[in-house]
Amino acid sequence: MDFRFTPEQEAFREEFISWLEENLPDDWDPSRYRNYDSSEELARAHKDLQRRLFEAGYAGLHYPKEYDGQGRTLMEEVIVLQTITSTCAELRMPGVITFGMAAPVILICGSEEQKREFLPKTLDGTHIWCQGFSEPNAGSDVANVSTRAVKKNGHYIVNGQKTWTSFAHIADYCILLVRTDPDAKKHKGLSYLLMDMKLPGIEVRPITQITGEQEFNELYMEDVRVPAAMLLGKEGDGWRIAITTLMFERVIGDVTMAAVYQRNIERMIQMASQSKRSGKAVIEDPIFRQQLAQAYIEVMVLKYHGLRNLSQQLQGDIPGPEGSIGKLLWSEPNQRITEAALGMQGPGSQIMGGSPWSVQDGFWQFSFLRSKGSTIEAGTSEIQRNIIGERVLGLPKDISRAVRIQ
Amino acid sequence: MDIRLNEDQIEIARQARRFCENESPMEYVRAMFEDERGFTDDVWRKMVDMGWTALRIPEAYGGLDMDLMDLAVILEEMGRAMVPGPFFSNVLLAAEAVMEAGTEPQKERYLSRIATGETIGTLALHESDGGADPGYVQMGARPVGNGFVLNGTKLFVPDAHVADFLVCAARTESGEDPAEGITLFLVDPKAEGVSVSLLPTMDGTRKLCAVEFKDADVSADGVLGEPNKGWKPLSRVLRRAQVGLCAECIGGAQRAMEIATEYAKVRVQFDQPIGTFQAVKHRCAQIYVEVESARSILYWAAWAQDHGDIEEAALAASVAKAYCSEVYRNATASAIQVLGGTGFSWEHDIHLYLKRAQANEVALGDPAYHREQVAQLIAG
Ligand SMILES: Cc1cc2nc3c(=O)[nH]c(=O)nc-3n(C[C@H](O)[C@H](O)[C@H](O)COP(=O)(O)OP(=O)(O)OC[C@H]3O[C@@H](n4cnc5c(N)ncnc54)[C@H](O)[C@@H]3O)c2cc1C
Repeated sequence: MDFRFTPEQEAFREEFISWLEENLPDDWDPSRYRNYDSSEELARAHKDLQRRLFEAGYAGLHYPKEYDGQGRTLMEEVIVLQTITSTCAELRMPGVITFGMAAPVILICGSEEQKREFLPKTLDGTHIWCQGFSEPNAGSDVANVSTRAVKKNGHYIVNGQKTWTSFAHIADYCILLVRTDPDAKKHKGLSYLLMDMKLPGIEVRPITQITGEQEFNELYMEDVRVPAAMLLGKEGDGWRIAITTLMFERVIGDVTMAAVYQRNIERMIQMASQSKRSGKAVIEDPIFRQQLAQAYIEVMVLKYHGLRNLSQQLQGDIPGPEGSIGKLLWSEPNQRITEAALGMQGPGSQIMGGSPWSVQDGFWQFSFLRSKGSTIEAGTSEIQRNIIGERVLGLPKDISRAVRIQ
Repeated sequence: MDIRLNEDQIEIARQARRFCENESPMEYVRAMFEDERGFTDDVWRKMVDMGWTALRIPEAYGGLDMDLMDLAVILEEMGRAMVPGPFFSNVLLAAEAVMEAGTEPQKERYLSRIATGETIGTLALHESDGGADPGYVQMGARPVGNGFVLNGTKLFVPDAHVADFLVCAARTESGEDPAEGITLFLVDPKAEGVSVSLLPTMDGTRKLCAVEFKDADVSADGVLGEPNKGWKPLSRVLRRAQVGLCAECIGGAQRAMEIATEYAKVRVQFDQPIGTFQAVKHRCAQIYVEVESARSILYWAAWAQDHGDIEEAALAASVAKAYCSEVYRNATASAIQVLGGTGFSWEHDIHLYLKRAQANEVALGDPAYHREQVAQLIAG
């Protein structure tokens, strides 16, 4: 067992840290947690950084060279991701679906042509992807997707509505789950398309979320003609590929989120050192100290569990249902951590960013609100516990689902 | 980076599992729970034959010189089977204290005999308030002639009633820094002025004692290592022992999870196995999440004691002790709820796990203490 990077990996890490410092956008302010007001600006900055990463040989480290990756290991990729997320998490954000789901699923399930067409353009920052799974009547019950795709003259004609589609407004492509066979059993009739977001008939309507931002959208499709060559896998494979996609998302999540939260713990310590409550420095308050330590402990749990999982994956395992642990470990603790941080601010916790009385520019107010989405997105906590209970521990399925799946 | 047990460790774990199943089944654990001594010579001998008491001892003293990680693998299995007896106090407390603080002759005298199972030691550290900081070591040792005279009471001393020697921390000087002025003494528990009595503790599988000292004489060579400088080596011992406890906690929590899950599959109510109900299913899932993630933290903490620098070792030990001991407690409490009335019965084994979890949680620093340690290390 060894928890250290090898000397080569350590050297690579240091080399990358200095590269990144040199290559951040000119107007990047590291003291701010949000540097861009509009998602369009953010998308541009994200693509620009991705292009530079690509040119410098830091993109897609574990992707094969024939698709313009670097042919190295997942470990180097993780080193790069950890560094980016602890330095400039914001710039990484528009790429979470692109690199967390779309690229790995195309690599695993795509045809040779699809891999050649999409992977280079994904790695070099040309394409941002969004994920069109959820619909008004297909949330946790993803298999209930009703968006229809009918094959006609070499095209799939797509009609329907997706919702909560993050980054659809800035995305170039969409991994889209559609129903191709309405007569087949629920899970069997689904297919997986790679859809160009510029096709006629696509309409994106932003949804304002709890933070006041517009990060996700409604996505309407009316007679959108997706070329048949954009089918990923075979017709009817959609469910299997969708599940694979979600598992990838879970694995990448753990290690990068740990880096983000570790940075947040530093923020928390800084805040507590500077704030006073009832005339006493917050950092000296024993209750706060317990909360701070607990926050740190939970971040370490996420970090080392993520690394242990990664170790297993470096042996070539495809992520399994155990990945649900990581999802719970990054989503639930962050709610407790942000609640604790607001608790320390007392009445001041009501002030958002932008006021002379704001604490750390409203970072914790934003994070507290954003953290509420984490136990919903990418499979709710309840769904994760169902997965663990049923697929890892072998407990019987819910009656309703057991009947339906038969 | 490679966070997996190696082949040897997997084999050690397999052997330990088999040993515990054969030699320490629940009937034995229950019998020892009621028994004053708390273990049999037969099982002890077999454990020695497995090489477990020699595992951490340096080769020069007849040991195997292995890592804490290797021992952690065994401790996880021992925790799972709740193996009773003085193994932990002997191997993780007494032997490590002699290894860390002892002079050459002391090491020679004690370590080889611990390795062969001929002698059993323990550590007398805590006093009535049970605090784990050096400041809580208040019992005094007065220099008299060449030696010392000990007066006071040590509480929560594991297995002192069967120990051949005690490593006893006492204050020989008091000043600004509570970590200075603590001396470790090698004490014969049968010596004049020393009296040992069993405490009626909740967990009968690990006996705890009160050790009272009334003008107990200790000669000069009874000082383990250097006078007044006992805390530093002791703190290294404590960190490793805390990690050892974490390994036990994970073994126990894993077993509690299995007990709950197995029951949830077979117990039928409302015409369905209760594991169908999410209120039950999600409890089991939550135990799994906690146990698996705690195991990751255990590996880090054990590795950090073996290979990390002192700061990482201290941080990891406290992170692990706070987390793993709470995970164990949650797992047993949750399992009892899943078991319903059965879980509340003396007949079912789960209460033994609950009681051990409760004991491990407060041993060698409770979670609040360790969180404060973490806070000090990360924020000053
Ligand atoms: C910030 C954010 C970003 C998102 N981005 C995307 C995206 O890019 N692409 C995309 O496709 N989707 C996205 N989603 C949608 C997300 O995947 C869904 O919201 C999620 O799957 C839950 O579906 P739902 O909202 O319909 O809730 P529902 O499924 O209706 O769930 C409501 C409640 O019921 C519970 N519940 C439902 N079924 C069960 C069950 N079987 N057992 C126990 N409890 C159950 C849920 O846990 C939840 O508490 C995003 C969501 C959020 C919050």
